[in-house]
Amino acid sequence: MNFDFSEDQEMLRKEVRKFLEARCPLTRARKVLDDSEASFDVELWEELVGQGWTALSIPEQFGGLGMSRTDLCVLAEELGRVLAPVPFASTVYILAEALMIAGDGVQKDKLAEIAAGDCIGCIAISEGPGEPSFERIGSRVERGRLTGTKQPVTDGLAATDALVWARDESGTPRLFLVPLEQDGVTREKLDTLDPSRDAARIVFDGAAAEPIGAPWLLDRLLDGAAVLLAFEQVGGADRAMEQAVAYAKERYAFGRPVGSYQAIKHTLADAYVNNQIARSNAYYGIWALDSGSDDLAQAAAAARVAACHAYWFAAREALHAHGGIGFTWEADQHLFYRRALQLDMVIGSPRMWRERLFEQVEAQGEKMKAEAS
Amino acid sequence: MDFSDTPQEAEYRARARDFLDAHKDKLPSLSGSEAARLKKQRIWQAIKADNGYACITWDSEWGGAGGTAMERVIFREEEAGRGVPDAFFGIGLGLCVPTIIKYASDKQKAELVRPAVRGDQIWCQLFSEPAAGSDLAGVRAKAVADGDEWVVSGQKVWTSGAHYSDWGLVITRTDPSKPKHKGLTMFFVAMDSPGIEIRPIHQMSGGVEFNEVFFNDVRIPDAQRLGEIDAGWGVAIYALMNERVQGGKERGIPAGETIRLARSTPVADGTLADDGAFRAAFADWYVRTRGVQLTRYRTLTAMSRGQTPGPEASIGKLVTAFELQEMSRRLVEAQGPFGLIDDRAMAFCEGNVHHDLLHAPGIRIAGGTDEILRNIIAERVLGLPKEPQPDKNVPFSETK
Ligand SMILES: Cc1cc2nc3c(=O)[nH]c(=O)nc-3n(C[C@H](O)[C@H](O)[C@H](O)COP(=O)(O)OP(=O)(O)OC[C@H]3O[C@@H](n4cnc5c(N)ncnc54)[C@H](O)[C@@H]3O)c2cc1C
Repeated sequence: MNFDFSEDQEMLRKEVRKFLEARCPLTRARKVLDDSEASFDVELWEELVGQGWTALSIPEQFGGLGMSRTDLCVLAEELGRVLAPVPFASTVYILAEALMIAGDGVQKDKLAEIAAGDCIGCIAISEGPGEPSFERIGSRVERGRLTGTKQPVTDGLAATDALVWARDESGTPRLFLVPLEQDGVTREKLDTLDPSRDAARIVFDGAAAEPIGAPWLLDRLLDGAAVLLAFEQVGGADRAMEQAVAYAKERYAFGRPVGSYQAIKHTLADAYVNNQIARSNAYYGIWALDSGSDDLAQAAAAARVAACHAYWFAAREALHAHGGIGFTWEADQHLFYRRALQLDMVIGSPRMWRERLFEQVEAQGEKMKAEAS
Repeated sequence: MDFSDTPQEAEYRARARDFLDAHKDKLPSLSGSEAARLKKQRIWQAIKADNGYACITWDSEWGGAGGTAMERVIFREEEAGRGVPDAFFGIGLGLCVPTIIKYASDKQKAELVRPAVRGDQIWCQLFSEPAAGSDLAGVRAKAVADGDEWVVSGQKVWTSGAHYSDWGLVITRTDPSKPKHKGLTMFFVAMDSPGIEIRPIHQMSGGVEFNEVFFNDVRIPDAQRLGEIDAGWGVAIYALMNERVQGGKERGIPAGETIRLARSTPVADGTLADDGAFRAAFADWYVRTRGVQLTRYRTLTAMSRGQTPGPEASIGKLVTAFELQEMSRRLVEAQGPFGLIDDRAMAFCEGNVHHDLLHAPGIRIAGGTDEILRNIIAERVLGLPKEPQPDKNVPFSETK
């Protein structure tokens, strides 16, 4: 048992935090939020690429740095703290993972492009209201051509390549790799609850698409993304809470700091508890991911359920603890409030993940019982 | 980040399992009268002590095994997995005896520590009083010096296990003219001392595990004073800090069993395990209780790296007690009117869930209420302002 980051990883965190504090104040997220044209912060993205962050977890033979996913989640937490408005998760936690797990020889060439910052990914699952499901999926691929509409696609405008969930010729839903700069792809910006993150409607009308991986790949990718996003969420939740704590110490009402009133104090204590619970579940998740444990599906669902809850609670209550100021456009609290919602829904809402968790715990309980008897 | 046992840990776990398997017929359980359970636990405690499994982290000087906190947890996991309750010795070994080790004389330690480790002697904690619970510094039981003795009079309350304890740690007021935290003194006292009167208190859960303890001019030798005169508050804090590090045991039925139970509970169209509201609530319960366990492994890792766990360890009970209360209610309630029946012969899980439901309120109060734990987190972890204490610098005799 060694259930924490290593010294090297703490060193990495220090460097990453220092870099992001200098290069990515919250004004970066705000700039994208305020600019109706921008889909992400191109300059920041280039700097992250320059730091080698998109290359971090890619094996050396594909032009990466060959570090572990546990190293990667150090970055995730720090990017979450600063609300980095870049397509990092879509590219690194999802597209790169898909290529590493299931890419064929040629597809894997894209990994070097990701490492070099030339390829940006996105994953296109959702089509309309409701959780994406086998029954409702309408996109399909016939003779290598994709038709269908996906919305919202996070990072859909920035991306060069998409992973698209669609039916193959036999009707089985699976993932397809689709270059986005081609005829037969139309993209349109969508307004969402979190304009500091890019979201698009993508219409595919006979776009060239090649299958990647077996049908189970999607679940495996979502599990991995759930864990890494949980670290972004924990980072954001901690920062939101810290801001509220700082404010509650300084702001006076009725002759006392508002943080001395238990309604505020206890709520912030609860946020701390939630964040710790989320952090611990995320640690177990990253261990399961990195060690290739059978427990991954369960660990990932637990990490996601805990992280969604923690971030929403912290962002909601941190805003509230700021009073009227917290409700202004100028204050930063709504950036966290919005990002909490974005991360809450982006790969399926907590509702779906609670379901997955229940199924996993039940399956595991039965397995253990069978082994015991 | 490695969640699995290291080779040493795996070896330790294997040895612990062999030991437990070899003593199968000696393992205590939850069944039987208190006296019968106590007898079995004492025998088991002595066997553990002889084999280096009692007080695993303590020095061998004290009858411990000089092991790591991780080893303690591994042994407890294996023991709990075989249904062995964590009963009777927790307050003594978790809180009182560590305080003795820190504050008593060498001779006293030589006499007191080993018998406690072996389960031959049991300790209780005489802190709370009718007017001093959360606000512990409000104790009134007074100790007056008389030669090389002290004469103690007053009342303690909620004293768990006083009726089977040999020794108690008692906090008293020695100088009411000083502010409340500054006139307290700690002693240890033999529970059969003349003038101690123990009256059982019937709990709402039906059990009789705690007591009122009256001190009627009980004489305690000055040699049994722990720490300086009027410096008892610091001693109490030391004792309670140990309690926190210990705290956070597993409670309630495990996740797999909870689901199996839900599968066997009929609801309108199917079983409770098919009910969306239940599935969602289960998931939230699961991540919170599992999160507490996992947080404890983080604490252990910090300890194994030489760090001291701080007040953040307080989150365990705050979360698990409430979750136990709500999950038990959910499971019981899903049975419909039949859920009211808590007859062990008729209720599911031998009535253990019903028992948890009636026991949980006490867990949310004992050892620091939910509100006090939130205050601790807010003040000591987050650095938020302390609670106003209008009586803090006032002579105790002038407070309400
Ligand atoms: C099962 C059980 C076993 C126990 N065993 C022992 C034992 O062995 N030895 C021993 O010494 N004691 C023991 N206790 C006593 C326990 O420590 C106290 O009951 C507890 O500290 C609360 O004190 P109180 O009962 O006086 O409640 P009070 O302190 O009067 O609290 C009443 C209510 O007010 C709230 N409250 C109090 N202060 C604040 C505050 N500052 N902010 C917000 N809310 C506040 C509390 O949370 C509670 O809800 C036991 C209690 C139980 C239930």
